[in-house]
Order: sequence, then C-alpha cells, then structure tokens
Amino acid sequence: MQIPADLEKQIDEVITHYPVSKRSASLPLLHLIQEHFGYVSDEAIEWIATKLELQPINVYELVTFYPMFRREPAGRKHIRVCRTLSCAMAGSYELKESLAKAAGIDLHAHDHNGSGHANPVAVSPDGEYSVEFVECLASCGSAPVAMVNDNFKENVAPASGKDLFGLSASDAIKIKKRPVHPRETRLVFKNIDREKWTNDIACYVKDGGYEDLKKALKLKPVDIVNEVKTSGLRGRGGAGFPCGVKWGFIKYGGPKPTYLICNADESEPGTFKDRYIIHQDPHQLIEGMIISCFAVQANLAYIYIRGEFPEGAQILEKALAEARAKNFLGKNILGSGFDLEIYVHRGAGAYICGEETGLIESLEGKRAYPRIKPPYFPAVLGLYQCPTIVNNVETLCHVKHIVRMGGAEYAKIGRPNNTGTRILCVSGDVQKPGYFEVAVGSLTMGEVVNDLCGGLKSGRKLKAVIPGGSSAKVLRAGETYKIKVKQPDGSMLDKEIGIEDIVMDFDSLAAVGSMAGSGGVIVLDDSRDMLWTLNNINEFYAHESCGQCTPCREGSLWMKKITDRMLAGGGVQRDPDVLKNVADNIAGKTICAFGEACSWPTQSFVAKFRDEFTAHAKKSVPPPTPPEYLPEQLVSKHE
Amino acid sequence: MSTEAPKAPAAEKAVEMVNVQIDGKWLQFPKGTRLIEACTQAGQFVPRYCYHPKLSSPGNCRMCLIEMGMPKMTPDRKPVIGADGRPEIGWIPRPQISCAQDVSEGMAVRTNSPMVQECRKGVMEFLLINHPLDCPICDQAGECRLQEFSVEYGGGESRFLEHKVKKPKNVELGPRVTLDAERCVLCSRCIRFMKEVADDDVLGFVDRGSHSTIAVHPGKKLDSNYSLNTVDICPVGALTSTDFRFKMRVWFLKETKSFCTSCATGCNTVVASRENTVYRQTPRENNDVNGIWMCDYGRLNFHDLNSADRLTRPMVRGKDGLEPVTWQEAIGRAAAELKALSGPEIAVIASGRMTNEELWLAKQLVTAVGTHLRDVIPRIEEGDDLLMNADRNPNSTTAQMLKISGPVPGSDLSEIARQVKNGRLKALIVLAEDVSVLGLTPEDLAKLPTLIVLNIVKNPTNLNASIVLPSAGFAEKRGSMINAKGRLQRLNRATNPPGEARDDWEILRDLIHAVSGGNGINSIEDVFKQMAASVPAFAGLSLSKIGDLGVQLQIT
Repeated sequence: MQIPADLEKQIDEVITHYPVSKRSASLPLLHLIQEHFGYVSDEAIEWIATKLELQPINVYELVTFYPMFRREPAGRKHIRVCRTLSCAMAGSYELKESLAKAAGIDLHAHDHNGSGHANPVAVSPDGEYSVEFVECLASCGSAPVAMVNDNFKENVAPASGKDLFGLSASDAIKIKKRPVHPRETRLVFKNIDREKWTNDIACYVKDGGYEDLKKALKLKPVDIVNEVKTSGLRGRGGAGFPCGVKWGFIKYGGPKPTYLICNADESEPGTFKDRYIIHQDPHQLIEGMIISCFAVQANLAYIYIRGEFPEGAQILEKALAEARAKNFLGKNILGSGFDLEIYVHRGAGAYICGEETGLIESLEGKRAYPRIKPPYFPAVLGLYQCPTIVNNVETLCHVKHIVRMGGAEYAKIGRPNNTGTRILCVSGDVQKPGYFEVAVGSLTMGEVVNDLCGGLKSGRKLKAVIPGGSSAKVLRAGETYKIKVKQPDGSMLDKEIGIEDIVMDFDSLAAVGSMAGSGGVIVLDDSRDMLWTLNNINEFYAHESCGQCTPCREGSLWMKKITDRMLAGGGVQRDPDVLKNVADNIAGKTICAFGEACSWPTQSFVAKFRDEFTAHAKKSVPPPTPPEYLPEQLVSKHE
Repeated sequence: MSTEAPKAPAAEKAVEMVNVQIDGKWLQFPKGTRLIEACTQAGQFVPRYCYHPKLSSPGNCRMCLIEMGMPKMTPDRKPVIGADGRPEIGWIPRPQISCAQDVSEGMAVRTNSPMVQECRKGVMEFLLINHPLDCPICDQAGECRLQEFSVEYGGGESRFLEHKVKKPKNVELGPRVTLDAERCVLCSRCIRFMKEVADDDVLGFVDRGSHSTIAVHPGKKLDSNYSLNTVDICPVGALTSTDFRFKMRVWFLKETKSFCTSCATGCNTVVASRENTVYRQTPRENNDVNGIWMCDYGRLNFHDLNSADRLTRPMVRGKDGLEPVTWQEAIGRAAAELKALSGPEIAVIASGRMTNEELWLAKQLVTAVGTHLRDVIPRIEEGDDLLMNADRNPNSTTAQMLKISGPVPGSDLSEIARQVKNGRLKALIVLAEDVSVLGLTPEDLAKLPTLIVLNIVKNPTNLNASIVLPSAGFAEKRGSMINAKGRLQRLNRATNPPGEARDDWEILRDLIHAVSGGNGINSIEDVFKQMAASVPAFAGLSLSKIGDLGVQLQIT
C-alpha cells in the first residue's frame, strides 16, 4: 500500500498529539486515510494497525462502528442528508428522494432492510454522486440541512436537491445577519452574528479577549473552582450537573495527571449552539478552556469535536495555533509557570461519543462503549485511567465570564439554583426558528414560542413541545401540571399551570416531568402525527445505540420496529402497552443514560398521546402458534 | 474498560472481614470478595452471562442486576444504627449490577425481590427477541445459559412480532471454532479471554447496536492453541467446537473426572463419553494446575481411542503373520521366550506416557528378566508460556524417579538401537511406544527373534512384532501420574478398552508372574501399596486417597 510521503508526515505529526497512548491516534489516522483514498481498505486497516502497534481487529472494530468511515468509495460528491426529527419535519426525506432522482440513484436497490446499523451509502451508476442519510447535524433551526463533501448547506428546499450538486461554499462559516431579540441576554453568544466580527485572534484580543485568562492566572486554582461553585453554573451539555461540584472531585497533587476534555460532540437532536461558538468564536472556547484547565491543573486537554464539523475542526486548529503563538498556550503560559497543550480530536459519527465515558473510550482509540460507574467515574478513572473532567463547549465559555464578573455576580443572573444564561435552540413548527441566549428562567414556554419565535405557522395550533433535545420527555399542549411555587415569605404554594406557563429553567422543567437538557426545543403543531414523530425519534436511537448492554441494544431496535409496523398499518391492540413496557424495561437498567434517553420519548409519547397510538393499534394480536405471522402479514392480509 | 478479575484474598495473613446483609441475613465475607460471588457463597446464585471469575468484568449483560442498599449516613458521615445493632439500610431505587463491585461494610443486597425478578424477566426477553429458534440443532442445548435462565427467570411467552436481526450463521473463525453470530449475546467473554489469558488479541466486535457481531479481521484467524476455551466459556451456542459440532447431545454424555495426558502439565479434565465412545474433553477447574483452561492440542488428543486401528486381540506371529490367540497363550509364549534368554540379551523400552502403577510393574519386569538395558523415549517439543509443557510425556517424573530412565531420559536408546541392528539383542519389549523413531526399520526389527509390544493402536513397531498385547487407552483405565510440578493425579475409567484389550497393569502383572513367579498383586491398589512401601514420596498414600484435585508431593 502506497502512502505518499507528505501524508505519512501528517500522520506522524498527528501521532505526537497523543503522548500517552498511540492507540488514540486511530481515529485521526482513519480520517486522514479516508480523505486521501476516499475510503478505508483492508490494507489500510492493516497499515494503520502496524503503524500504531495494534492488532488489525482493533482498527477494524472502529471502521465498522463509526459510520463516517466507508469500506467502499463514495461518489465524487458525497451528500449527507439529515434524517432526524426537525429536518424530517422540514422535508429531508423528500430532499433525499429528489437528490437520488436527480443523480440517477435507485434508492430501493440499496435498501438493506435494516441489515446494517448505518444508513447505506447509495452511489450513482456513473460514480459522480452518492447520497446517505445521517443523524442530526446540529442545525435544526435551519432545517432541512445537508452536507456535500465537507460543505454544509442550510435551509435546503426539499424539491431542489439538484441545486446541491454545484455547492462549493459552506454555510457553516457564513455569518448570518440575524438580529438579537430584545429578550435575549447575550453573554456567551455576544460575538455570534456580530457585525464586523471575525474568528481570528486579532479581532478577539482587540475586543478584550484573553484578559480574563490573565486575571485567572493570577488567582489560585482552588479559588477559580470556588468561584464556579458560587456561580451555580450547571453543565450545558444536557445533564445539568453543577460544574463546580464536578471540578471539586479533582484532588490536586495526586500521583496521576489530570486531563480536561471539551465535549464538542453536539449531536442531541434539536440542539444547535456549540456549532456557532466553534465556527464563529473559537477563542472564547479556548480561553474558557485554558482557564478551566488551570483551575483543575490539567496540563493536557483535548477538544473532542464531532466528525461532521470538518471546518470547525480546522478553525479550532488554526485558533489553537494562534493562541500558541501568543503564549496563551504551551509552556509557561504568560510566565505563570502553568503548562498546557490542547489538541483537536475529531469524532466520526457516533452520538454516543457525547456520553462522557463513551467519549473517553473513543479518545483512547476504541469503540465508544460507555463505562460502568462504579468504578469508572471520570474524576477518578477517566482518560487513560486518570482523573478527567469532561465539560460541554458552552459550559467552558461560561467559565470565562464567571472569572470576569465573579461567581456571585454571575449567580445574580437567572434564578436561584438555575443561574446564568443559556442558549435555547428552537426548531420545528414555529415561524422563526433559531438560537436565543436568555437568562435561565427569564421566559416561559409560551414566551419562547410566541415572542422569540413569532408563534406557530398560520392557522396552526400548538400540539406538543419537546423542551430539551429529543431525549427529553414530550409535553402535551392542553395538559396541566401541578407544581409548587415558592412565595416571597418562603412558603410553598400549589399551582396548576399549562404548557405555556412553564418557566424555562432546569428545576421547573424537571418539576413538570421533563428536563431542560441541552436546550433543544422542538415545537410540534397539530399537523404532526405523534406516531410518526416517535418513530423518527426511535430510529435515531436504534441507529445510535452502541450495542454494549442488552436492554438498550435489543430494546431500542424493537421499539423502532413496533412503531414502523404501526405506521405501516399493522399495529395490534397491545402495541401501546408493549411499547411502554419495553421502555420501562430499558430505563434504569443500562450502563449509561442512553437507556433513559431512548426510552423516555416512547414512555412520554405513548402516555400523553395514547389516543393517537390506539388509533394505529386496531388489529387483534395474531395467535402464537404456527403459521408464524410476519410483520408484512399484519400490515396487509390479516383480517 | 472493565474492572479486573476478582482476586482471591491472600490466605496467609489475617483477612479483613466485612459485614454484608444478603436477603435479610447479615453475613461476613473477606474484603475483596466480588458481590456476585458473595451472593453465591450465601446460597443465592445470581444469574449472569458476561461475568466470569477469571476475566475482567464489563457489566454489559445486565443479567446480574440486584437491589442494593448502603447504610444510611448521619450528616457527619457515620452510619445510622438501628434497633438490632446493625446499620439501617437506605435502598438504592435503581437496580445495580453485582459483578463489578466488591463487598463493602454495611452493604445490603436483595437477590430476589419483585424489582429483581422484573429486571431478569426483562433482560431474558431482550436476549430472546433476536435469538434464532435453533435449540433443535444447537450443540449448546442441555448446557445453555439461555435455556437455563429463561426457565428459571424468564417470562413464558413471546410478544415479539417483528423480523429478527439476521447475522452470519456458520462462520469459520479459525480451524477449530465455528461462530453462529445470531446466537451470540455479545457478552464479550471470548474477546476478553483471548486478550487477557491467551495473549492473542484477535477477536473483536464489528458493526454497532443490535447489528453488532463477533469477528476476526479478514487477514487473521482464531487459531491460537487456546481457542477452544472460548467455546467453554461461551454461555450460548454462538461459539462451538468444530470437532464436536453435531456429534452428540450433551445430556447423553457421562462425565468422568480425569486429567490430560498429552504433556507434563496434566490439566484437569472431564472426559465425556457415551457407552464406549469418548466424544469430547473439557477442562476442569484446578487452581494448582491449570486454572480453568486447557490447550487445544491436549483437548483434541483423544481421537486415537476411537480409531479403527485399535488393537483388540492378543496376537502371536506364526508362519502366515500375526494370528489372534488367547491371553494365556500370548503371555505364556512371551514368558517362555524371555526365560530362555539371559539378561543382557533383553531390552525394555517403556514410556513416559505410562501410569505410575504401570511403570512400577515395568520396573519389576526389568528386574525379573535381569537386564540393564532399559529406557523411555523422550518427547520434547516447543512449550508455551501458558499451559503446554515442552515435555509431551505426562509422567517423565515417575519414569526418572523409579529409574526406568536414567537422569537423562533417552540416553540408552541409541545403544539399544545399535544392538538391535547388529543382532546382539534377542528380545525387545516395547511398552506403549513406537521404536521407529529410533531409526529402526522393519528389516532391523525383523532381526529380533522376540519383539513383545504392549500398545493400543497399530504402529510400525506393532506391525512387525512377534507378540502383540492390546492394552487400554488413558480414558479406559484407572491409574496415577505425577506432573512436572510433582503433583500426583489420578486417571479414572470412562470407557472400557475395546475387544479383548486389557488394562496395562494386569498384562504386566501376568507377564511378571509368568516369568518369575507370584508377586501377590491382586488389584491395582496392591500395586500402589507396593510402590508406596518403597518410594518415600508416596508414603501414606493410596490410589483412592488421591482426590479429584490431586496431591502435591515432595519429590527429592
């Protein structure tokens, strides 16, 4: 196998980013090989294994786990279309059909009928184009979206797939002219869509950038941790765990080095915020990250960025180089005696890499199988079995602002226990979908839908809202929630509220039986079929399940097959109960929170829209004895 | 990725004990005991697939979920003590796996509460929805964890109406192991074994989610000398032994405890037979010898027992070649010919594959015929760092101890061979060996007026013998051997020797009796007793006293 000299040089350089274990360079090498050759061959797998002193099976495992890697060449122009909820609602299925038609691709010839985990890549006969479905590309507010090779296109008109063929520019790096809504409080998103703003370090420094780093370096690391504790900052990745408490688990001066990882694997359907920070304001993230590393005394850090942000990775690499040049990174940063190196590490198409221990496994060069806790708590046994902090992009940016204004000041924004600002990403059936940075708890659900997003489409009524990414339980319009509201005198008053009155903060959304999650708000109006919606979500989780533990591996695909059959008209009477029971058998029984994530949608949709599900579950259950009934027979012939 | 295999606590110093409540009863366990083992020791078996005591614990099957509680704590981190003097337990609402945590002070477990029963039912259902209905054709039936646990813990009916996931069904992972990927429950035991024990990281998972399967990289094979251990530990019929596949239903097999005789390690085994045929050997746990493993070479080295070339009748050479005779005639003829010669005209070649009892009698025979020409044929090949010893003779230790071979086994062989070739030797007794390895051709052997052989299968030596005495294979007799580390272990009889073949010790006893008169031996126990009386290492022992796990001797 012929590896050109300059490619080998690149490969050798990348390997130096992983001083602890060469195996970590597996994913970067696979990316480099695929970019050069167009796909990953058996010889390439053996070559990489030899290069990294691994067994071929160790590399083969990765190629088949991460869907971005292909064993066969794609078309010269490879088009990825997002199939997940918001894009499907906006017509991405029709888009894929129109693309395939224009390119002369027979999609049904490539239909594997669920035989593989990844969506199949369909190549046109002349080899010019190929098209595949991918899962959420983190731009739901401008659905439907697609990528042509590394170029990203938003708001693609479903019938105009052909226009994508000539795409040569990328919307990912295009600055939008998007006015800031009066109810927003721009802190982390201060520079997003800002007039005359550029993502280079000169612009950032001119605006006062890296001053907070200088301030932080003069403090004691434990003082920064305490500021973050005082600020009440909760993680913005989806779990909402108090950041200061997480950092507090790290002990200084231990025998093992501490690592920090920025989780830039934004993949929760409905969420699109980290994307903009990475592409438009990378230095804010880097500054926040350096401060955080200093606070936990990590000397080596990684930014794990999802593989579908290729330009984001390049922008971050360039920004890191700029920061190094100014001694904001590297040895003895600004004379403080603190050393830090940060590297960018690209993922390759697995949502489960957003789970912190799955991410750590992936960074170590393995399949992204989350670890059992106990004993593998990242703060104790994380990356390379050393104490590790994993934080979301937005969270790390907030750290910078906390250092700037002080934890107490920061805590004044938002509400008690729900402090600061957060970015809400609204998509679905609203007039003006998009991102909005607001003080936590400063708006109700109704204000988000109507004030921020201009309300529903003309003639439509609100039916449901998924408030925190597809993993969050759905809320039904018209239902009421019994909550306790704290009065000024400290007493608790019982109140019954509707969906429009729910305060958009962590505790309030938890109190009504859902969660704030990653801030991805998906609005569904009365034109939407809830079975179809749940089916789209179930397919996402069935694709993304890593397959490690029994309930999620088998159950996620089972739930998808049931809703598939119901959608096709073969629903039997017990299906809604079976769906709920299967979901109950997954939640709480798995290694990681993906179990809850894949079962909460089914539990909540079936519970809240029971009538719609029973309407699709009319047939009687076939007898168990032979002849065995196939799903197709239930759909067409039975009764 | 997984916690390490549970370590047994050190036996010598005082072990710290912790108090654990299991199903309401407070018990004590040594610190470092894995919770799932503690439950088993308390009499509450917890079902599991992926956990194995000799491998790391990934916690992925979720079958060992139990309800766990820890002591309630006061604000200053002290346990709240209840009226019974024991800590009050705060039960964790989520079920926990028991395979990856060690017991800790005050831990409480419910192994059979309604929550636990629901968990097990749920996991069983999930495992079965994509599992093929292969029981009628699957080798694992009868020793299958899916069958056993679904009867014990599963629900009765299927409510799965969809298409099952299809995967490759007849994959040759290597020369000796066949994979049926649809049956696989993805417990990863095989992957962990190959990586952690066999030191050959060749297996892995490919694809993702419900489509995941076990595979090797196309350029490699699962051909390690320990590959068949993965078949042992596979809880279902996904990995099967290509040798044993479709041969016999396991519920028909009689299991006899024994040990492997293919090298000097002596891995403890179970010999599985039906009527008079041996179908397979599997390892048996003995932490002083082989742990819970054995190598493929030894495991499959039993097919000679079933060979069509077995010697089944005593034979004597007449003018038309070898003719069958009675035992009386064969022994009588052998003794007569031997008695007619003087000691230096006779040589005895014994074998490092003979049992202690047989070697003891061989030594008596050497004395009875009065020769100094005796040796065993060494069999030294490549050993590995795991179980397979370079010495392929299982009983070299005794052969040397009883001085049937000199300090360097095989040093007298060239002399014996020379004397055969130059016609000085008039009688050669070959016990369980083939002397063609000494360079003796049929023409050389034809020079011997008397060539007495005792063996189980036809070989070049036997075919040129003048008297053939058919004997018993290792699974067909009772006897003992000493392995390379000085451990005395006992073979047990699983099947009977075919035809008129007899136990080697009886044949030798009869021959000695015919040559030099009575020796007072009526049973194999008598042989051992005689041996124990003059060999200090065996003092105080008897064949029956050698338990299933053997006895460690002090060999000087």
